[in-house]
Amino acid sequence: MKLTRRHVLGLTVGAAAFAVAGARITPALASVEDTDKSIMDFTGGVAPGEGKITLTAPEIAENGNTVPISVSVESAMEGDDLVESVIIFADGNPSPAVATFHFTEMSGAALATTRMRLAKTQNVVAVAKMKDGSFFMDKKQVKVTIGGCGG
Amino acid sequence: MASKPRIKVPKSASAGEVITIKTLISHEMESGQRKDKDGNPIPRKIINKFTCAFEGQTVFECDLDPAISANPYFEFNAKVPASGTFKFTWLDDDGSVYEAEEPIEVK
Repeated sequence: MKLTRRHVLGLTVGAAAFAVAGARITPALASVEDTDKSIMDFTGGVAPGEGKITLTAPEIAENGNTVPISVSVESAMEGDDLVESVIIFADGNPSPAVATFHFTEMSGAALATTRMRLAKTQNVVAVAKMKDGSFFMDKKQVKVTIGGCGG
Repeated sequence: MASKPRIKVPKSASAGEVITIKTLISHEMESGQRKDKDGNPIPRKIINKFTCAFEGQTVFECDLDPAISANPYFEFNAKVPASGTFKFTWLDDDGSVYEAEEPIEVK
């Protein structure tokens, strides 16, 4: 049988549908425990310290579809005083992972802003990984008026 | 569908200056959580990685999860050692790659 473009497309759609059907069995919303576990996976079991990292998020987000968030970490961004990455979690979303920022010496500053979705009122958590192996965490609660994950 | 990204990079900077870059690309960022009107889940289709490099050196990278809003927006900093070109790349779940370049001049 000749494998045409149509066949390939059909197979891909079938596979995707199967994957989605499987995923539907999992619980709808992530929990605080899932988030804590994800943080421990990121830090390799090290409890993150306080300070150095600042997470900026609105106290009340009217529209959960686009919530502006910003992270900044105090660092010289040179030598050993370098922020390698910052990971963002949302503990009330269907899946806690939001994004991971990776920085280099070329970044000049460990600062990043993006827009995220929040399904409901919940905590947003940011964890920074420093080059020397230490971790820092900040957490903000965001009240959401209209959820951003669709029905 | 993703269209031409919008990028803001200053035209010039002094050597070693840290500048701010803003990028926005149009993309529906289908989360995989939504259902269509017949109740069937709509498959996930998002941009899963964004990178910015200056003359081949990585400046900033981001791994995106479905919790990032539609039309993903990023604001970040970059150190400018000399005149050159910033290269931006967005990777789509479907294998598409969207690219853009912006030059900067050091005075």
